Amino acid sequence: MAKKVTVYSTPTCPFCIRAKQFLKESNIQFNDIDVSTNSDKADEMIKKSGQMGVPVLEIDSTIIVGFDKEKIKQELGI
Amino acid sequence: MYDLVIIGAGPAGITAAVYAARKRLNFLVVSKDIGGQTAWSGDVENYTGYQFITGPELAAKFEEHMRRYKVEVREGEGALEVNTADGVIRVRTDKNGEYETMTLIIASGKFSREMGVPGESQFKNKGLTYCATCDGPLFGGKDVAVIGGGNSALDAALQMMKIAKRIYIVNNTASLGGDAVMREKVEKSSMVTVMNDAQVAAVVGDRMVTGIKVKRAGKEALMPVQGIFVEIGLVPNSDFSKDVAKNQRKEIIVNGRNETNIPGIFAAGDVTDVPEKQIIIAAGEGSKAALAAFKYLNQMR
Repeated sequence: MAKKVTVYSTPTCPFCIRAKQFLKESNIQFNDIDVSTNSDKADEMIKKSGQMGVPVLEIDSTIIVGFDKEKIKQELGI
Repeated sequence: MYDLVIIGAGPAGITAAVYAARKRLNFLVVSKDIGGQTAWSGDVENYTGYQFITGPELAAKFEEHMRRYKVEVREGEGALEVNTADGVIRVRTDKNGEYETMTLIIASGKFSREMGVPGESQFKNKGLTYCATCDGPLFGGKDVAVIGGGNSALDAALQMMKIAKRIYIVNNTASLGGDAVMREKVEKSSMVTVMNDAQVAAVVGDRMVTGIKVKRAGKEALMPVQGIFVEIGLVPNSDFSKDVAKNQRKEIIVNGRNETNIPGIFAAGDVTDVPEKQIIIAAGEGSKAALAAFKYLNQMR
């Protein structure tokens, strides 16, 4: 079964754009959360990742901070 | 063996790649990111042909242009070491890459200068950030400090005026620099407190940033803030090229043909001592460097 992927991002961060672009190119469905307009979700992201930098990816229950392409690939098995 | 390796994929590196592709060189682009500082810029209104475009959009246009050609790009890979022996240039990278090439263009740009104070690295991304554009929206309703007094500090303060509750600008000179238009907007705002002649002594916090220690007139005070935006300028990403001559600012010295002191090694854009750091200048320098490398290769063959 496909893993559940969530991306916490802001519209202005280049690595967020890259991360989402990469997921799209890899045909991975993901839930895109804009933390700049949703402070509850921003708090959730900070709690889950223990830090305030974007992007944060949640793949099933694994948290990846930043656009770490290798880790994302490994986690998704692609 | 490659004809050319390009380190960096900002406006300089990407433009060099476009020119190299059109000259049908056998080449490789190695870069930590795509778009460089352009991707981090807000609004761009001085790149000819686009009266208004955002930084990320312009960076995407650059990349799209490069990808029109079948360019080999190693993204997420940074150069660690460059050396030359018997006319061959070797580039070693942080992903265990080792590339041999006839010519090299260093277009690795600049990155944010750090303050070098206690707590800075510990609280990086835990309230302390070097990219107000990226992380700013996470500080809604909070008290924040912007460190610096130039245009990038003013830009960060202007962005945070729409988001934060209170903004302290900690500037180590007697008055704010930067463009008058921006400075006036910042100084007029009731949300902003400007602290001139002030030095950051330390960043403090527990799990996240809780405050900043500021030294002023011989006295140290702790200011409670939840966010710190460091905007104190940029340093060239040139440490990996030990034998290439640099100026005091660590910028690679180039001549009008983008040649460095080492035959076959060229440099372009913000990593060099070219006067004025602008997207359009970096792009132009990238094209010059690629053409110079092409001519050099022709002479060698």
